Amino acid sequence: MAVRAEEIRVTGARPGLVARVRALLDREEILGPVFVTPALLLLLLLVAYPFVVALYFSMSNAFIGRPSEFIGFRNFVKLWESDAFRQTFQNAFVFTGIAVVFKVVMGIILALLLNEQLWFKRLIRGVVLLPWVIPTALSTLGWWWMFNSLYSVVNWTGIATGLMDPPGPNWLGQRYYAMAAVITVNIWRGLPFFAITILAGLVAIPKELYEAAEADGAGANARFWHITLPLLKPVLAVVVLFSTIFTFSDFNIVYVLTHGGPINSTHLFATLSRMIGIDTGRIGEGAAISLYLFPLLAFVVWAQLRFVRKQTF
Amino acid sequence: MTVARRPFLGKIGKHLLLLPFLVFALFPFYHMTLTSLKQDRELYDRFAVPLIITQGPTLEHYTKLLWDTDFLIWTKNSLLVTGLSTVVSVVIGTIAAYALARLKFAGVAAFGTGIFVTYLVPTSLLFLPLAQIINWIGMGDSKWALVLTYPTFLVPFCTWLLIGYFRTVPKEIEECAMVDGATRIQALWRIVLPIAVPGLVCAALFAFTLSWNEFIYALTFTSSSEQITASVGVTTELIRGDIYFWGSLMAGAVLGSVPIVILYVFFLDYYVSGLTAGAIK
Repeated sequence: MAVRAEEIRVTGARPGLVARVRALLDREEILGPVFVTPALLLLLLLVAYPFVVALYFSMSNAFIGRPSEFIGFRNFVKLWESDAFRQTFQNAFVFTGIAVVFKVVMGIILALLLNEQLWFKRLIRGVVLLPWVIPTALSTLGWWWMFNSLYSVVNWTGIATGLMDPPGPNWLGQRYYAMAAVITVNIWRGLPFFAITILAGLVAIPKELYEAAEADGAGANARFWHITLPLLKPVLAVVVLFSTIFTFSDFNIVYVLTHGGPINSTHLFATLSRMIGIDTGRIGEGAAISLYLFPLLAFVVWAQLRFVRKQTF
Repeated sequence: MTVARRPFLGKIGKHLLLLPFLVFALFPFYHMTLTSLKQDRELYDRFAVPLIITQGPTLEHYTKLLWDTDFLIWTKNSLLVTGLSTVVSVVIGTIAAYALARLKFAGVAAFGTGIFVTYLVPTSLLFLPLAQIINWIGMGDSKWALVLTYPTFLVPFCTWLLIGYFRTVPKEIEECAMVDGATRIQALWRIVLPIAVPGLVCAALFAFTLSWNEFIYALTFTSSSEQITASVGVTTELIRGDIYFWGSLMAGAVLGSVPIVILYVFFLDYYVSGLTAGAIK
């Protein structure tokens, strides 16, 4: 591309402050720090500092509108001894484990289908991605209505097709059904991210590999297990790590659909933390609950930095 | 192979396999919209078929939402918060990304890692201490607290996305301009940014979408009807006790999604490329 020199104002050696600042800003070692300062300040004041505050709160008896005292690890011990927290701990792993496995498997299938020659390719991609762009809190309201105890369209369809006995399950009022419901909505909302990202990975696999394998007599199955899956591994690793942390820390779906109930059976760390920290005002305990997200976050960050960034940088 | 011999049938088969996925993706929106257009009489008829409207559509739930609730105020708040935090975040993200992609200076690697780490921090980790900090600085129950805090997750995202775009701009173009006497800032402004416009559009779209969809901060930092955003208003103010107004609730969910749907229809390809770039890089 041609650069038209006459369009660019030539800065002469004008004396004075403006010229000196300008000359300084032209040096990489000055301009670099200047350019990152706003972002750096933001991250220090509104991410790093709150994190330190969270650490302090978690080791204090902070209560809304009252001065707090340092109490060491008592919050963590107390939580570990409470049924609600233990239930939440278990829920978080069940919820994340099942949801991520389903999203990976369905995501691969959907991506393979999207990678084929299709009619209305763009329209289909648009439909597939839609659940991911709509505000989760609002779309979950739609699911809430679909799982309503009296007017559930899910049950109506199940009964109409003979799959369920009337009246069908009370989805949000029974513990395992409620968990199945929140997991379903999480899969619904997260599947587009998996499918579209895995699709990008599929597109990047060289066609010659498949042609060579076909010439050697490899069937569709063999091609999938020996070419597609191994070459998708890096993309799958990124997507799974990403999704694990954001599924584990999910808030919106559970908050709107079940509020953690019935009897804590769908609470996740974020929803329990909010209930304890905001609704009952026990900030110290609430902060301690959300800090339980931290070990997993630390692991994901470590794994991403070690395996993922190494491949792209 | 039969599929190879009958490509047309094979193609139909692939579409049939896709169908369950498409129904799964679309049905909640269909049902939401349908519910919002039904008359109460049909809506609360347990023997009516829920999949279609048989007794005629109505807009009464929408008029009720618009005139009897503060929905328009919440939408205005959402637009203000989203618009401002998007602009601020794209600007801060652009210059940070340029520095990370192009400039050599002390601490550049550490800062890059810091951005990547905060990119992975979920909002549900820090909402409690942030709520206290917001109270300390006197911004409790104010939408400005959202303008202040949304950049904490938008800036890392924009920066990360834009580093990738800036790296695709050949260095030589910039160097050429600088040899001709332009300063680095002029070269950035007149040469690099115009080339990186698709990246900037993508960053702005994602920032807009992420902040429009944000829920936990908005729910925690604001509470009065004059300050809350659309998502929070619809999910909290329209649900009073045990009586739900399902028609208006669904109307709120539909209308609250409209701005994103409009952007989405016009910029679908940017969403697809941004989604993959954000995860893979």
